[in-house]
Amino acid sequence: MSTVTTHRPRPPVQPTTLLARRLPKYAAPAVALAALLLAAAIVYGAGIGGPALVVVIGALLYLAGLFAAANAVEGRRSARNRTWSALIHSAFVLAVLPLASVVWTLVSKGTERLDANFFGTSMNNIGARDPEGGAYHAIIGTLEQVGIATLITVPLGILCAIYIVEYGRGRFAFAIRFFVDVMTGIPSIVSGLFVLAFWVLIVSPWFNDGRPGFSGFAAALALGVLMLPTVVRSTEEMLRLVPAPLREGAYALGVPKWKTILRVVLPTALPGIVTGVMLAIARAAGETAPVLLVAGGGAAINFDPFENNQSSLALFVYQQAGDASRYAPARAWTAALTLVALVLILTIAAKLLARRNRLGR
Amino acid sequence: MAKRIEASNVTAYYGNFKAIENINLTVEPKTVTALIGPSGCGKSTFLRSINRMHEVLPGARVEGSLTIDDQDIYQRDVDVTAVRRMIGMVFQRPNPFPTMSIFENVVAGLRLNGIRKKSILDEAAEKALRSANLWDEVKDRLAKPGAGLSGGQQQRLCIARTIAVEPQVVLMDEPCSALDPISTLAIEDLMFQLKDKFTIIIVTHNMQQAARVSDRTAFFSIEKTGDPGRLIEYDNTQRIFSNPSVKKTEDYITGRFG
Repeated sequence: MSTVTTHRPRPPVQPTTLLARRLPKYAAPAVALAALLLAAAIVYGAGIGGPALVVVIGALLYLAGLFAAANAVEGRRSARNRTWSALIHSAFVLAVLPLASVVWTLVSKGTERLDANFFGTSMNNIGARDPEGGAYHAIIGTLEQVGIATLITVPLGILCAIYIVEYGRGRFAFAIRFFVDVMTGIPSIVSGLFVLAFWVLIVSPWFNDGRPGFSGFAAALALGVLMLPTVVRSTEEMLRLVPAPLREGAYALGVPKWKTILRVVLPTALPGIVTGVMLAIARAAGETAPVLLVAGGGAAINFDPFENNQSSLALFVYQQAGDASRYAPARAWTAALTLVALVLILTIAAKLLARRNRLGR
Repeated sequence: MAKRIEASNVTAYYGNFKAIENINLTVEPKTVTALIGPSGCGKSTFLRSINRMHEVLPGARVEGSLTIDDQDIYQRDVDVTAVRRMIGMVFQRPNPFPTMSIFENVVAGLRLNGIRKKSILDEAAEKALRSANLWDEVKDRLAKPGAGLSGGQQQRLCIARTIAVEPQVVLMDEPCSALDPISTLAIEDLMFQLKDKFTIIIVTHNMQQAARVSDRTAFFSIEKTGDPGRLIEYDNTQRIFSNPSVKKTEDYITGRFG
């Protein structure tokens, strides 16, 4: 081995000029137009498809053409930048398309039965030939079941998360976290079966003259089983995000730990906790299977969540969508639209409430 | 009512790691004591063990005894929150409570400890903010969030928050390290005023600052990384900076080491 090291000339890093050649502003739209025209020519020329295929091929041609044009004029780094930007924007469009499609379908089909009758009547005594009938009972059911489930799970879930983050040490806290993780993966039907077996068939007969107690409350329990892990995990993540110096700042003022958590940590984490709770509520409101299993559905208005069958909006959609009556699909669409609107309104209201607690800048 | 602090054989651990070993030092009431030394030498750990903030971290513990006017704060039946009410602390980075306004931040210590009367809180807030040289800058926007102030103002807000509960000792952990010279000067002036009422212990990397503000200076150091920090020399500030008795101190303050 020679001991003489030869200095290879280093590739120049320093630019000689700060100016760079740029594609004109109209280049990207021009490439897009050319790509679409070319794609249309290919597709219709060969007679192999319709407008959808033109857009797909056009998009691919656009990416290739943009890269080629930018590579020729602006250089390789800029070409890669432009291509990746275009790819990321396309990904965004692809992700939003189904959402827009769902909203559009819901609104266009759901408005047909969007009338006072739908929100004021139940399905009681509505036959296959009756165009009327509404989801009043289902709306009551959803509100009561989700409301009760929220009342149960939110305090429990937040307290559980506080235990895990602020107090839990060692194996017990680890075990709780593990089981919360396991609970996250419980299919809704299993939660429904659990409540059916445990509550409806075993516990509730004790104070129900021995009859199984199908009820909205049982549905709320099943929904609560589904909501709890979401509330715990999102609250836990939010509490962990609260900086330790804030807690120490409160401790240093002689504030006890529980008061620090209540007055400093929780308010700081509140907006995130609200988001997590709303996610849980949205999930619970859309569940069909547990409600079908333990609340049984039902066509009549039942305000009492603790007695007799109740329906819910999701269950109503399921039943109407499978109904033979030709008026049923319209009811299903309107109920679906109502459900989405309900969750949206709740989310917006919760966000506004959480924001009101923060100070204006 | 300032208090005398006496540390004897204070040793602090983070889990199995021994951060400081056998610290013995006495802080007289109504003085400013500066803790200086290279990074990682345990000055902050020692400071945090004075108000039992060290043990907040999981696995951290303190051995030895630390007395405040002859009462050992590490006895079994000592109420930690009472210790912290008596010994306030200002942190390196300003940490105003983000959900609270300027006013709420200042009175947080009082309010969270059960004082609700508006007139008392108003009076205490104005007094604390005046003491912290912040009143004139914020008196017209007390309802605005504390996090909206500049860094120096936030730190003075945290000092106001600390002195609003009228502690007897104020611990400061590099309170000026994130501040510009003007804000630093404001806080140093503040320390001179606070000295009339409180005992102040300050950790600082800035030797001029230690020389300017403190009456006594303690120099901490470590042999090498992984060793526990020890108190090398503790004396009047003037003597430490003019004629230290230990070679290592001299090396450090003249910049030959650390």
